[in-house]
Amino acid sequence: MTILQQMLRVFVLILFAGGALAQDGPADGPRAATGGAQTLEDILARQARQPVDDGFRREATGDPDAAAPVTAPLGTRGGASDSDLWRALRYDSADVTTRNNGPAATVLIQDGGMWWLRFREGPLLGYGAWFLIGTLGVLALFFLLRGRIRIDGEKTGRTVTRFKAIERFAHWLLAGSFLLLGLTGLISLFGRKYLIPTFGHEAFSTFAIGAKWVHNNVSWAFMVALVMIFLFWVIHNLPDRTDVKWLLKGGGIFGGGHPPAKKFNAGQKLIFWSVILLGGSISLTGLALLFPFELHLFAPTFQKLNDLGVPGWLQEGRSWPAALTPQEEMQYAQLWHAIVSLVLLAIIFGHIYIGTLGMEGAYDAMGSGEVEEQWAREHHSLWLDEVKAREAGTDRAGTKGAKA
Amino acid sequence: MKAMLLAVCAMVVIAVGANFALRNYAGFSAQERTTVGESVRLDR
Repeated sequence: MTILQQMLRVFVLILFAGGALAQDGPADGPRAATGGAQTLEDILARQARQPVDDGFRREATGDPDAAAPVTAPLGTRGGASDSDLWRALRYDSADVTTRNNGPAATVLIQDGGMWWLRFREGPLLGYGAWFLIGTLGVLALFFLLRGRIRIDGEKTGRTVTRFKAIERFAHWLLAGSFLLLGLTGLISLFGRKYLIPTFGHEAFSTFAIGAKWVHNNVSWAFMVALVMIFLFWVIHNLPDRTDVKWLLKGGGIFGGGHPPAKKFNAGQKLIFWSVILLGGSISLTGLALLFPFELHLFAPTFQKLNDLGVPGWLQEGRSWPAALTPQEEMQYAQLWHAIVSLVLLAIIFGHIYIGTLGMEGAYDAMGSGEVEEQWAREHHSLWLDEVKAREAGTDRAGTKGAKA
Repeated sequence: MKAMLLAVCAMVVIAVGANFALRNYAGFSAQERTTVGESVRLDR
């Protein structure tokens, strides 16, 4: 055996011995075989969506106190390796200082982001698109089956004032801003997937910046109009007994005569409260998105719902996260904002249909404010009686005043 | 129809007004709110 062969043997022995030493880990415990790293059981459990005790990773963030001083043999500068540091960042236990002054600046790795991104790019887009297309399909089918709802009786040629100018102004401010917000919101939500492949990145970028400007600033008009509409009409939209009768008759849409209704029938009241409650919720989450990290809506809400035991109704022992990172707050706000907006859009599609194509004479209420008396008799008979009684009272008072 | 046109005008006025007020008086900018304005390295 040559000297060279002997040296090679010694080298190989040292190499294997070194490798064995490097793999030395905990002598006992479930991860002894892997030297403290994850095991096949961990991987299988994660794939089966079962909880995995990640303490072996979470707590392996270095120990500067136990580290050999830098002057000692094999001494380190701080006792934490790069891997230790990244694990500490990953589990949010690193002591991070930054000149960046945002509330979310010290959260460098955020697990919830991937869940949010997958949901936003997957189910939210897919189900959202089909939900809106399905709503339009149902309305088209309804139109084919039912046709336009005509004024049954003979038209009188007389009109009744249904809405004053200020009411119509508030309605159109709300409607116009909502449609613009809906359109620009859909561009923001679906643009990356559907518009970029068609128009390219640069054209979409210009388009998206414009849509964002409109969305951010027109939102204030929507909120102003929402408050106006609430103040003007809340008194007329409180539920009462006539609503039950109206609903039991299906609003007379499929025949069986026109059920009596006051200024707003039960269907319109449902639209009103949908707009107020869903629009209010969209406004709140919209404000949280307009002023990033300022409003914390979801952590306190989840905490209250947990206290009431609401998550347990869905699944035993379940609770919702009551400690959220600033980014998670924004992600929940974005999802809620988008989902509720899609629902409200679908409701408004129905409202637009019945107010224009679906019913003869309905548009006049918001167009000129004057409706055909026969239309009012058929769809809002109790309200027409009130108007007539008021007019008669005014006439009598006027006549008395004239005589005096 | 007049109410509708007036509402459209009001919407434009509110949007432009909101943009002006938020930019000039409320520091409404994610960049301004979440980063320091000065150069970090040179100020040290």
